[in-house]
Amino acid sequence: MRIGVDVGGTNTDAVLMDGERVLAWCKSPTTLNVSDGIVGAIRHVLDQSGVAVSNIQCVMIGTTHFTNAFVERNHLLDVGILRVALPASRGIPPLTDWPESLLSEIGDHRHLVRGGYQFDGRLNSALDEQAVAQAARDFKAKGLQTVAITSVFSPVNGDMEQRAAEIVAEEMGDVAITLSHTIGRVGLPERENATVMNASLAALSSRVVNSFRSALQQLDITAPFFISQNDGTLMSAEVVEKYPVLTFASGPTNSMRGAAYLSGQKNALVGDIGGTTTDIGVLNSGFPRESSVAVDIGGVRTNFRMPDVLALGLGGGSLVVETEDGVRIGPRSVGYRLTDKARIFGGDTLTASDIAVAAGYADFGNRELINDLPAELVSAAVDEIHRLVADGVDRMKVSAEPIPLILVGGGSVLINRDIPGVSEVIIPEFAGVANAIGASIAQVSGEYDNMVSYEEVAREDAIAQAREEAEARAVQAGAEAGSIEVLDIEETPLSYGPAGAVRLRVKVAGALQQVAASGS
Amino acid sequence: MKLSTEDLLDVGCGAAFLGTGGGGDPYIGRMLATSAINAFGMPEIIEPEDLDDDAFVCTVAMLGAPTVLIEKAACGDDVDLVISRMEKYTGRKIDAILPVEIGGVNSMLPIMAAARSGLPLVNADGMGRAFPEIQMVSFNIHGVSCTPAVIADDHLNSFVIETATAKRAEDLVRVASIEMGCSVIMSSYAMSGAEVKRTAVPGTMTLALEIGRAIARGRSSGTPVEELVNYLRSTEYYNQCKVLFEGKVSDLRRETRQGFAIGYCQLTAMDGSGREMEVTFRNEHLVAKEGGQLRAIVPDLICMVDNETAEPVPVEALKYGQRLTILGVSAPPILRSEKALAVVGPASFGLDETFVPVEQL
Repeated sequence: MRIGVDVGGTNTDAVLMDGERVLAWCKSPTTLNVSDGIVGAIRHVLDQSGVAVSNIQCVMIGTTHFTNAFVERNHLLDVGILRVALPASRGIPPLTDWPESLLSEIGDHRHLVRGGYQFDGRLNSALDEQAVAQAARDFKAKGLQTVAITSVFSPVNGDMEQRAAEIVAEEMGDVAITLSHTIGRVGLPERENATVMNASLAALSSRVVNSFRSALQQLDITAPFFISQNDGTLMSAEVVEKYPVLTFASGPTNSMRGAAYLSGQKNALVGDIGGTTTDIGVLNSGFPRESSVAVDIGGVRTNFRMPDVLALGLGGGSLVVETEDGVRIGPRSVGYRLTDKARIFGGDTLTASDIAVAAGYADFGNRELINDLPAELVSAAVDEIHRLVADGVDRMKVSAEPIPLILVGGGSVLINRDIPGVSEVIIPEFAGVANAIGASIAQVSGEYDNMVSYEEVAREDAIAQAREEAEARAVQAGAEAGSIEVLDIEETPLSYGPAGAVRLRVKVAGALQQVAASGS
Repeated sequence: MKLSTEDLLDVGCGAAFLGTGGGGDPYIGRMLATSAINAFGMPEIIEPEDLDDDAFVCTVAMLGAPTVLIEKAACGDDVDLVISRMEKYTGRKIDAILPVEIGGVNSMLPIMAAARSGLPLVNADGMGRAFPEIQMVSFNIHGVSCTPAVIADDHLNSFVIETATAKRAEDLVRVASIEMGCSVIMSSYAMSGAEVKRTAVPGTMTLALEIGRAIARGRSSGTPVEELVNYLRSTEYYNQCKVLFEGKVSDLRRETRQGFAIGYCQLTAMDGSGREMEVTFRNEHLVAKEGGQLRAIVPDLICMVDNETAEPVPVEALKYGQRLTILGVSAPPILRSEKALAVVGPASFGLDETFVPVEQL
């Protein structure tokens, strides 16, 4: 048996799964220290099901905590940015194109020094170690705790970033360091952006991962725990602590995979309605459609592979305001304070949830408290809620042909009518905890990353071999052999090396054995 | 024509489309242009007919492999250096900057050069698309000398060459560019205003802008590929336009060799029919074949866009599993003449096929 947890901005959800079966589930508010909410939610599903802690084999946690922190500019550290590239790359200085609101959070601490490689691994410039040390001393004098190091062509050779990190660590002592070649691929501005984002989350990531640890300790759960990453596979807590950016897209990935799992649909639109936003994505053959456009996160361009998601400012906590032009809903929201602020909970703020209850198709909170709402206002607001979703659906649709819309998330109660352009609206059982279920079915991956020579081994054979090895590793990590598929194949030719030298990376993933086994 | 920094997004998108898979990521160019405009202001953009016949104009471009540009672009001083060395070498004051290719990063680099130098930019280029080699431009096809040409790298190493032919200049500069890190700045094709009017492909900055706007319009109406195709059909150059294939990237081979990004991309149809299209590229896409059957060939444009957003996808951004639509688009007529095909036709890329216009395939 295993537990899936989703730590969102508004709610912390937990599900207890036995193979494909949902034994118990729980939705509870996210707490300020994260850990209390997790303990509460897991304890609830254990109590509800009567399952003993010792039967838990694995805990999978999905979290949008880091994405939210970055987008909302919360808990971000000032970042020391070190680019090892001069005289190259001055035409596009670090942080070009970053929004003002972010710059004021992460500060303006930039140093460009000589160093880096050429495309073929030759030297661009020798590393200016003194300049690196000087930059580190400047960062230290400014009291910075985290540094992002990006060297030109580090995906071809990461040595200079490593060396620069040694110098920075020597000068600064206790400092978090993010190296760009461990995060991104070729494409310096985007890789550097992701590196700086990661660095800005250093304090938050160790705090959050520690709360995860302590929550499980409090519950006496000794089973291994994993955190789901962008591509729907799992990673260890240690990795997340160092690379929080790798969770940036895990929210939509989990909800879409959860929606596919719960509804049995392979081709559909998925609307995940939360407290503040509705994320609309597309399932193609059971997998989230990937964004082809470079993905902006909080206004910053990255080159992550991410699901293509349209975010609308509509959620259960969205403010309902009467204006001269009619009723406006969102984008402002009471967020996680729904149970204090919403009228049905005795608060003074009219929210989308109040409307759904007043209209009579949702039943929570205290209906008595909104008896006074004029019928015209309620009906206009219901229209507006459905119009917003219909508009989002229309923007994400692949063709004119109607396809199903699967609604998940706590806010799915806001919808009770047909949506134009949609063949049917499906709200599956357990829709409210689809994210946690998505986390609980996250896949186990295996990776092959090595230098090969296509002169010595034919390319097809080399890739087949790499695939086999990656599959073996995935199986070793607990994946069901029959379910493994290739996620990514990446080849970086190294023309400076021996003829035909290539860095070959193959990533495969499959369902956890215990998930797959009980399904058959 | 007037441009705003917001327009640069649409120009970049249109330029990426006209890059036909190559030409370098215009995002990089946009960042370079934006940084330069922030520091020096937006340059004035003029039409070819605004030039005096005896005005002195030169091109400024980036040359190298797109796979390298996304990591290591111009630094600014290198751009200034090629302009000042060109003036010194020719003994003439430059009156305007002329884009050499509208496709890809070289739509933006001249904006950066014009902003930094304070010179006006001409709304025209030498091909209305992108090509991998410097002899492959209408200026050369119609007798304008490529050299003297000035080449500089980001370490500010520079040299001037004079060669008998533009092809010879290409051969020499390419070797040097590899040695210089596969990304250099070059100023060439210094010419008179009269020569610009005689040999350039006019209005291509406007076309890039309008292509970008059509895609953006299509995204808000929900039919970006259709909107793009409709707009192309209304243009003077790109009116023969076909959807060649829709499919998923099923194999991809890409390497940086001899100073170019060389390889092929195979797509498999998603309708289960097993149909496959193979597109080979050398920086830009050269040939598209379906089951061995020719569907489009250079100098016509072979463009890959995202199935659903019509976002142009350059070679360096191709990924396994991507879902793409392949378009075949007519090249401007100036590139389809006998004379032009000798310079930019299939044989110039070592291909055995003869050129057949996309509308006849």
